[in-house]
Amino acid sequence: MNIRVEHIEKRYSNHTALDDVSFEVPDQSVFGLLGPNGAGKTSLIRIITRITGPDSGTIYFGNEPSRPDHIYQIGYMPEERGLYKKMEVGEQAIYFAQLKGMSRSDAVKELRYWFDKFEIRPWWKKKVEELSKGMAQKVQFIVTVVHKPDLLILDEPFTGFDPVNTNLIKDELLRLNKKGITILLSTHRMESVEELCSHIVLINKAKNVLHGSVKEIRKQYRSGVFEVRYKGHPVSLVAGLWGPYELLKNHDEGDHHYAQIKLSDPEQTNTLIQSLISEVQVLSFNELIPAMNDIFINAVKEKGEIVESEN
Amino acid sequence: MGKTALIIKREYLTRIRKKSFIIMTILGPLLMGGLVALSIYLAMQSQDSVSVVKVIDETGMIFDKLPESKMVVYEKDTMPIAIAREIFNSDQYYGILYIPQHAAAKPDSITLFTSKQPSPSVVTIIEKNLEQVIEEKNFSNAGLSKSMLDSLKASVAVLQRSVAADAAEKEFSAGVTAGVGFVGGLLIYLFIFLYGVQVMRGVMEEKSSRIIEVMISSVKPFELMMGKIIGLALVGLTQFLLWVVLTMIVTTAVSSAMTGKSEQVMEKMEQMQKENMIPNDAMHHPPPAIGQTEIFKALGSLNIGKILFAFVFYFLGGYLLYSALFAAIGGAVDNETDTQQFMLPITIPLILAYIVGASVMANPDSSLGYWFSIIPFTSPVVMMVRMPFDPPWIDLIISMIALVAGFIFTTWIAGRIYRTGILMYGKKITWKELGKWIFYKS
Repeated sequence: MNIRVEHIEKRYSNHTALDDVSFEVPDQSVFGLLGPNGAGKTSLIRIITRITGPDSGTIYFGNEPSRPDHIYQIGYMPEERGLYKKMEVGEQAIYFAQLKGMSRSDAVKELRYWFDKFEIRPWWKKKVEELSKGMAQKVQFIVTVVHKPDLLILDEPFTGFDPVNTNLIKDELLRLNKKGITILLSTHRMESVEELCSHIVLINKAKNVLHGSVKEIRKQYRSGVFEVRYKGHPVSLVAGLWGPYELLKNHDEGDHHYAQIKLSDPEQTNTLIQSLISEVQVLSFNELIPAMNDIFINAVKEKGEIVESEN
Repeated sequence: MGKTALIIKREYLTRIRKKSFIIMTILGPLLMGGLVALSIYLAMQSQDSVSVVKVIDETGMIFDKLPESKMVVYEKDTMPIAIAREIFNSDQYYGILYIPQHAAAKPDSITLFTSKQPSPSVVTIIEKNLEQVIEEKNFSNAGLSKSMLDSLKASVAVLQRSVAADAAEKEFSAGVTAGVGFVGGLLIYLFIFLYGVQVMRGVMEEKSSRIIEVMISSVKPFELMMGKIIGLALVGLTQFLLWVVLTMIVTTAVSSAMTGKSEQVMEKMEQMQKENMIPNDAMHHPPPAIGQTEIFKALGSLNIGKILFAFVFYFLGGYLLYSALFAAIGGAVDNETDTQQFMLPITIPLILAYIVGASVMANPDSSLGYWFSIIPFTSPVVMMVRMPFDPPWIDLIISMIALVAGFIFTTWIAGRIYRTGILMYGKKITWKELGKWIFYKS
């Protein structure tokens, strides 16, 4: 499902949570909602999930402004999540599925499938308080996706998950995405963006700082730095470099070296390679792609904002 | 199934299945039965203890007239009081009653010596007996004979009948009918407190365990709040109903187990009443004792249907009014300790209702009773107390409308505080803040 966020504003008595934020979540994308804590991510998610309303602006689901029954198409896993401790796992999962509009029998059938998949079937009759944290996290994920939503919204999905579960969830998210489900996830951990997201929006201090497809953004923030692994003397390498090249770094790795070279025109790679192979033996040549983290910091700096550091 | 229905079902089932619910439901009537059994047992036990009091009567006229009773037995002794006190042995005697020479003229000089604190009931009996003897003596000194005196006395027991034009005149005993209303009011009061606090705890559980946000993405906060309130009301009604049924079973069982002894107990109780409580002049004209038949007659005179309807109405109305407020508190605060400051304004009208209810029982048609049975915050308890006295229909209708309006109003306010509060963490909540929440747009 295609989501459009248009000119959303949300003010609380003493601060602005969202200031004229607009972007589009393309259909079937894995969309990253990025930004430091306090940037307004959760406020925005709460508006999309209709928990709160915006002061102004509109959210479009497909081509129509959001309606109350759109929430049935959303699976939402909040950052702060919990389950009823005294309730049995299965009963509780059925309850949440029913609240999402599923019939009891459908819920049971679908939940059995997920419980088997995550290998937690034996826990069906246990109370939540008896579960380990990892088990509870799996249950939490299942109740988010069980009603087959078209749009999955996950607020900081990987905080509090152990590495094994994180991978399990990541794989599951990618699989669901392949089946056509749009995924919107908010995070301040850039490494999960690299692995998962096709599109992002970067929000800082209530404003949209940057948005678009990850590929485009990478291209935009491309540094033109290439890494060369070669055999030969660094002096010869330097001798081969003239004109629009700049040697940033060179270090020794025993019988070979690594060098980082910046091209003023990143498309001129062949010329560089030609001049290099005449001087040294090139073992490998590849572009250093900017990490999302660096883009994030750069984008924020460009806007003259200060990033609050996050763990 | 509607969302609210789903929530009601969950709230109801999880609570009904709880061990604490089952235990309380079974224990409640058992405790009641136990209490009845214990009081019967105690009444029979006290039969055995007889206090023997040694009397040193310097007047030589009082001892002979002192009546014997099952609880106190008098024994005459002639030794001087100083010696008697010296050789007093508490194993043989309960105490020494010293009646000095001029006791008739100065009754205050009579002294009871005991080794330990004497029991009030024994002292009362001794005092009554002495009063009787001295009074009779004074009467005869004044030239009045007992029979003359008796003929002068008037004893009136007003027959109480309702003016209602029913074919059979209703007889009722004010004490019993008032009791029915008060017990009803008390139950409503307890129910509001117990279940109101449970609503608050439930909301706090959802908030502090962060279930709320998962919930709120699929149901409206108001649905969630009402689901919880209604679910708990049903739990309360279930418990109440089970209590009534079980209490009836248990008390029937207890009393039938003790049937053989019950007559004995009644006799004993009457005996105690005569000895302790009833002033001696009344003894000669005992008022018609309120026996079981009298109680049933009194109960029969009540308009049971009307009272029962009022009970269920005020039971639910009062609960809905208050539990919405309790839910709002639960939604607003982060932890139990913060609830205190907000609980107080809710508990005060409730406690006030209870206090006013107690006074209205004595004077059901006072203007105090009228106003407090109209104001929705106190009407569930106070109107219930008034019910057996057949308040005018117009009062009842105004009060009921006010209560419905009241709970719609508190639910509206509470819903607005609740929906903002449940998503608000780590903020110090003030009254001003709550006021602002009421006027936020969603």
